[in-house]
Amino acid sequence: MAKKVQKSLPFEEPLIQLRKKIIELKEYTENAEVDLSTEINSLEARLEKLEIDIYEDMKPWDRVQVARHPNRPTTLDYVPHVFDDFIELHGDRLYGDDEAIVGGIASFKGQPVTVIGHQRGKDTKENVRRNFGMPHPEGYRKALRLMKQAEKFNRPIICLIDTKGAYPGKAAEERGQSEAIARNLVEMAGLEVPVISIVIGEGGSGGALALGVGNHILMLENSTFSVISPEGAASILWKDSALAQTAAEAMKITAPDLLEMGIIERMIPEIRGGAHHDPLKQAELLSEAIEKSLSELNPLNPEDLIDQRYNKFKAIGVFTE
Amino acid sequence: MTMIRDIFKRNRERNDPTIPSKAAKDVPEGLMYKCPECKHIELTKEMAKLQKVCPKCDHHCKMTAQERVESLMDKGSFESIDNHLKTGNPLGFPGYTEKIEADSKKTGLNEAVLTGIGKIDGQPLVAAIMDSHFRMGSMGSVVGEKITRAIELATDKGYPFVIFTASGGARMQEGVLSLMQMAKTSVALKRHSNEGLLFISVLTHPTTGGVSASFASVGDINIAEPKALIGFAGRRVIEQTVREKLPEDFQTAEFLLAHGQLDAVVHRHKMQNTLSSLIKLHTKGAVANG
Repeated sequence: MAKKVQKSLPFEEPLIQLRKKIIELKEYTENAEVDLSTEINSLEARLEKLEIDIYEDMKPWDRVQVARHPNRPTTLDYVPHVFDDFIELHGDRLYGDDEAIVGGIASFKGQPVTVIGHQRGKDTKENVRRNFGMPHPEGYRKALRLMKQAEKFNRPIICLIDTKGAYPGKAAEERGQSEAIARNLVEMAGLEVPVISIVIGEGGSGGALALGVGNHILMLENSTFSVISPEGAASILWKDSALAQTAAEAMKITAPDLLEMGIIERMIPEIRGGAHHDPLKQAELLSEAIEKSLSELNPLNPEDLIDQRYNKFKAIGVFTE
Repeated sequence: MTMIRDIFKRNRERNDPTIPSKAAKDVPEGLMYKCPECKHIELTKEMAKLQKVCPKCDHHCKMTAQERVESLMDKGSFESIDNHLKTGNPLGFPGYTEKIEADSKKTGLNEAVLTGIGKIDGQPLVAAIMDSHFRMGSMGSVVGEKITRAIELATDKGYPFVIFTASGGARMQEGVLSLMQMAKTSVALKRHSNEGLLFISVLTHPTTGGVSASFASVGDINIAEPKALIGFAGRRVIEQTVREKLPEDFQTAEFLLAHGQLDAVVHRHKMQNTLSSLIKLHTKGAVANG
């Protein structure tokens, strides 16, 4: 367990209370020389059971909160533990370098790959620099430049998705936010190398999908992928953003939901309570998932890869003939 | 104090061409047609002849998909496809199915896009025409599927693909399935493009959100109707985010043209000619010395 202070979430409250009680009892035992170890043991057993009850039965809204946890590992938190020799590459060669998306070359178990991901900040200062992980067009164009580069050198592409959405700003519109996203969708469709898109936090709408046209889409257990945020959906559907919790359930945005709908290939299990409880262990699980997907996609030739992607997306939709 | 605020509020609404009030823009039925922009009253029959462009203020009024077909395609050449696809209710939203049925009755369409094969000046093409009278032209599974199948048909036949977009974006009630239609149509467009075939996107009022951020923006040629509202994020959202007043022409076709996002803004009366010429210029052997 990570020892640093973690921001606790409302649904974890019973656990926090119980843990506090155990610590109190332990301190009391030490100071008062009264043996309370049986009580402590029974409380610890209860804690274990409660953890299972709470964490094994997380509601969609719980997952949304975990996905948004300020300590949740970001792209650059995973990169050094999943890949070797990462070299970050900057800029779209057209306008600027959008730090809301990072990308570069690295090696994955000896195979050169291109890694691209949304990047949130760790604190306010970094968040301002990275625009809270909400890209401008130049971010998507940088991503596309790196994808095309990967294709030229026959490297698989691994995209880590973690954004509330593409930035809704004046400059973004002026520079063609729509076109930047749309171009990525079309160009990703034609990439001749394996593309694995992994949602590691929030997958917010078109801004997330612009890194999401992969041969495989994977999601961390407590990540979300949605057409609109639960708050946005609630305010449009019921004119009340306070109903976000209800919307989170109704909109079917969690990893288990998308797995059931057949949109994603696999769900990557998370550390109990969320990735932020043990980023290193989580990086291992992420690494295993990438290895599995790559072993399935590496043998495919360019044509098969494009066809696989075509068939995958062509099959998504619910209607009757 | 309240009154003063109200005055400003009203002014803002009136000066704001990009957020039309719903009631004013609804197409009135009957003998006479009132331009939603300048309130000019014209005979409905006359308006049809003018392709619903106001003779007084040149406002391009909203067209139905069927009206669009009549104003563009060679008479009797258009054959629609995939009218049998039926929208589901994958997330079980209360009232969704009823809303679809009501709009279907109102528009005579099975969904917010009409697709088919037709001819312009004798030149065959596959067209997809979105209709904003059907659920704001929003894109759910059936809209995505119809557009994808239309693109596939164009690819198979070696025809140009022309889309008229009119959409508020992805359809909320189908959740992430709607979002994925952006990817689905894109994979089909890539295949069409790889065959060296022409894709023309005609952006009409309004083209926003997920539709703007997918097929609408990636034509070989992107053209728009005058004054059409085109953008990724909603004006209100942007104003809230950046906390500044946006220029009045923000996200209009003319604004996009000035910012390099469009090839041209084309008047509706010249649309058929423009499309015809563009298709001709992309047909092998159709132009001398070509």
